[in-house]
Formats: sequence, structure tokens, C-alpha cells
Amino acid sequence: MRRFLTRHWYAYAMVLPVVVVVAVLVLYPLAQGVYFTFTDVNESTIANPVLDRPASYDIVGLRNYLAVLSGDPSYGSFWSTLLRTVVWTGSCVVLTYGTGLGLAVLLNRPMRLRGLYRALLILPWAVPTFVSAFTWKYMFNSQYGIINQLLGAIGLGQPVWLGQTDLALFSVIVVNVWLGVPFMTVALLGGLQSIPADLYEAAEMDGATGWQRFRDVTLPGLRSVSSTVVLLGVIWTFNMFPVIYLVTGQNPNTRILVTYAFERFFSGAVRNYAVASTYGVLILSVLVVFAAFYRRSLRGQEEFAL
Amino acid sequence: MSTIVSADVTASRMAVRTADPVRTAQRGRRSLRASVGLHATLILASLIAVFPVFWVLVTSFKPDDRAITPRPELLVEPTVGNYSDVLSGRDGDFLAWLGNSLTVALLTTVIAVFISATTGYAVSRFRFPGSRLLLASFLVVQMFPFAVLIVPLYGVLLAVGLQGTSVGLVLVYCTTAVPFCTYMLKGYFDTIPNAIDESGRIDGLSPFGVFWRLVLPLARPGVAVTAFYAFLTAWGEVAFASAFLSAEDTSKTLAVGLQVFVQENRVEWGHLAAASILVAIPAVAVFYLVQRFLVAGLAAGAVKG
Repeated sequence: MRRFLTRHWYAYAMVLPVVVVVAVLVLYPLAQGVYFTFTDVNESTIANPVLDRPASYDIVGLRNYLAVLSGDPSYGSFWSTLLRTVVWTGSCVVLTYGTGLGLAVLLNRPMRLRGLYRALLILPWAVPTFVSAFTWKYMFNSQYGIINQLLGAIGLGQPVWLGQTDLALFSVIVVNVWLGVPFMTVALLGGLQSIPADLYEAAEMDGATGWQRFRDVTLPGLRSVSSTVVLLGVIWTFNMFPVIYLVTGQNPNTRILVTYAFERFFSGAVRNYAVASTYGVLILSVLVVFAAFYRRSLRGQEEFAL
Repeated sequence: MSTIVSADVTASRMAVRTADPVRTAQRGRRSLRASVGLHATLILASLIAVFPVFWVLVTSFKPDDRAITPRPELLVEPTVGNYSDVLSGRDGDFLAWLGNSLTVALLTTVIAVFISATTGYAVSRFRFPGSRLLLASFLVVQMFPFAVLIVPLYGVLLAVGLQGTSVGLVLVYCTTAVPFCTYMLKGYFDTIPNAIDESGRIDGLSPFGVFWRLVLPLARPGVAVTAFYAFLTAWGEVAFASAFLSAEDTSKTLAVGLQVFVQENRVEWGHLAAASILVAIPAVAVFYLVQRFLVAGLAAGAVKG
């Protein structure tokens, strides 16, 4: 034991702060959250040290899971909400990745004003999310928003973007893509710059066309960056709360799993912590399963390091 | 094909970062039409990226009751009234919010960068039992729907006496920022040759000394990106801030305070726009300070993971 410590104590001392913080502020709350899913805890039964009130909730076994997984609308229609979450995540990640890749390829060429373009294109990243959300809400307004004013000026319809229709889902996807593209662009630009130049020269000498160079040199060279940013993108988008919440509020047409969990936490006649925690555990399970499959499908590519 | 490429990528990352312009210069000149297309696409994309911010800037100079016009107008009785209303604290103590947000964001940045740097360095340099588990657990921490941890976290903060304080909020933000920052910095440290550490040890530095005096200064681009990420995480966060700070107006952060302009049936767009511009300025300033490090720093982190 002593030898073990003398050999590794530097390493452990350096990771200790993180381990303590993560254990106290993530693992312990998570354990408590998982425990909540087997109870009927809510606002009025949870222990409250401020009011000096002891906990008075009961264990109810799997009742929360059965209620949620039955797809009951009063428990958030789990399956259709899951489907919407998948549509939301899929569209956002595909569009952000595609746009980011396109812009990164363009920005990787030598040209005039490259620095300026890069600075402008990553501006959305620098703006705080809640500011962007308010901004887009203003622009999407059906009567006085600039988007409808422009559409009206060229004779197109003036749809209600943020109403209770699927257009609202489309709108929040637009906002999220606008927010997410800079991160993808910058990450992929970094990846592009790490592809050795001689690979392109060799390809060119073999007579490869531009498209062939992109497919056979650029894409394989980007694979490790891509697999990382796509996985992170999926996780972040799946749990993206502020964009939807601040742009459309509690709109059933933009409800995804995490916003519903938040609704159960903070609104309704009684704040139902048990149902919200059940959603939390289900979200985590979906993501863990996804990540496991994702990593398995990429196994053999050792450069995928996450 | 892909294995060859990946081996090359790893081997020549350091050399290639600077070699980029050379490569592309050799690839011949573009035709005029391709040039026009390239610039047109980039100009269009830049417009889409910048327009919303520009439009808020325009709106912020319109009188609040004229921010809603039936037709788009660039200038309506230009005034700085919104700014003076916001700064004078007519609807809420904006300067107090700004101070709180700055405190929280800067503390988060310093703490998160410091502890993710030590952790990232340990994971990058030492093979110790549990290091793989630690990295894997960071990935899982990213998956937590944090909105759902709020109530248990509230209990924890209450128990340790940090509920309602900015220190409690800073710690919570660190749990969000640290996993990603650690990944990024580990990736960056991996690109710094081990020989530097060894020569430092020969010169009599302790492992901490090597980390602090040799490796960390070399990792400045990675640190800059990490700091930027941590700052933005804390600067723009809404959910935790609304749940964990006391309801007093003077203890709010900007993200919470600004919602005073968004009422149920009326939004004060002019005031909101002016406040948004004021909020965005520090973030954009930090952003352009680290901008030139961004590509290299992020690439190292994301490629190596």
C-alpha cells in the first residue's frame, strides 16, 4: 500500500479536487435523484431544513416508471416526446455538422479576409445563449418580427413561427443550429489543419479530383475529430434546455424530455420531483445506451479516444 | 487508408499546424468563378451569423415603445434612452447583476481552469490505476440532464451552507465546465513532448514544478480556450442561477435579472436589447482575446480527446 502511494501520490493529489467536487456535487445528487424515482416525493413531502420539516414521502416501487413508460399524456406522453427529442437532436446535429464542415473547408483555403470571415462566423458562439434566445424570439415574432416583415415584403406568407404547431420545433432547430455551427466549424477547422499536406499532394499527383480528395483524404483525416464532436453534439443537444425554454416556453410542440422534466420540477399545481427525476434517469439511460453503441460501431479506430 | 492517415495525423500534428499555408499555396490558383463563389458563400454565411446581433444593436437605439414597428426600420428617433434606463436601475439593479455575473464567471474560470489543468496533466502524464475510469466518468457526467439534479443539489448546498451564495453557484458551474475542460487540456498536454518534463526533472524540479513552470506556460493556447469555455458556461447559465440564488434583486446574475424585461404579456424589447448588448460586450471581448488560440487549442483537445 505504501509503495502504491509513493508511486502515484502526485497523480492522485492532482486529480483529488476534481474527484471530490464531482462526487459531492454530481454523484451524490445523482444517487439521491435515482432514489427519488422510487418514491412519491414532491414539493410538500420533501424534507425542508428551513421550515424544520422532516421528509414525509413514501416508497412506491416502480410506479413512476410504469406511469411514465405507459405514455400517459398526464405524464408527458413519454414515447412521442422521446420521438420529438430524437428528431430535434438528429436534425440539429446533422445540420450543425454539415454546415460546420462546409464552412471549415471553405475557411481552410488561403484567401483574402480569411481572418475577418472566421471572426464573424464564430460570433454566435461568443454571445450568451439567453441573449441569443431573446434575439431570435424577437425576430420570429409573427407580427413585428423582421423575418415575417421580410417574407411579407417579397409576397410570401407570414406564418406564426412560435405558435403551437410543428413550425415552432422548426424555429428552435434554426436557433440551435445558428448557435451550434461555430463550435463545429472551429473544431473541424482544427482537424483540417492537422491533415498532412503531402497527402493532398500525393492525391493530386495520382490525378484525384477535388471531390475524390475530399472523400478519400479529408473525410478520413477528420474521422477522429468528427466522432468526438458528433458524440458531444448529440449529448449536448439531447439535454439542450435554455434554447427551447427561452424561445418557446412551455409549448407542447417543442417539448423534449429535458424540458418536460424541468416543467415537472418547477411548475404545475404541485412540483412533482419524483416524476421529474424519473425522466432524468430515463434520459441518462438513453444517452448511455447510445454512447455504448456509438463507441462499439467505431471500435477498431483507435484514434477515437473519448 | 484511414489507419495510415491517423498515424500521420498524430505524428505530424506539431509540424503541420504551421505548414498549412505552404500546402495550399502549392495547390495552384483558383479560377475567378471559384473565387467569387467562395467569397459569396462566406459573405452570406457571415451575414447570417452576424445579423441577429446587428439587429439587436439597431433595436437598442430605438425608443422602447418604438421597438415594435409594422415595417423594419433601421433608425427610429435614435436615442440612448434604453441604455440610461437600464444602467440607472429603473427596472432592477443592472449594475449589481453585472457585478454578480462577473464575480461568478471569473471565479468559475479560475477554479475550473486550475483544477482541470492539474487533472488533465495527471491523466496525460501519469499512468495510475483509475485514470481510465476517471476519463470515462467525465463523459457520463456530460450526459446528466442537469436540470434534474437541481433539487438534490439544492439540498447539498443547503447542508454545506452555500445555498444562495455565489460560491455555491461557482462550484455547480465547475462541475459543468470541468469535464470538458479536462478533456481539452489533456489533449493539449499530450501534444507537448515528454522530453520537456524529463529535462525539468533532471534540473531538479518537482512534478508540480514541471507542471506549473514548464508545461502550463507551453499549453497557453489550450488554457485560453478552456478559460473561454468556462467563462461562457458561467456567464450565460439560466436554470441553476434562477434556482440557487436568493430572490433579492441585488443577488441576481444577469441571466436571471434580464427576465424582468420579459413579462407575461409585454416584452420591453428596447430595454431588453440594450441590456443584451451590455451583457454581450464582456463575452465578445473575452472571445476576441482568445480567438487566435481557438483553432489550435480546440483541435488538440478534440483530436486527441
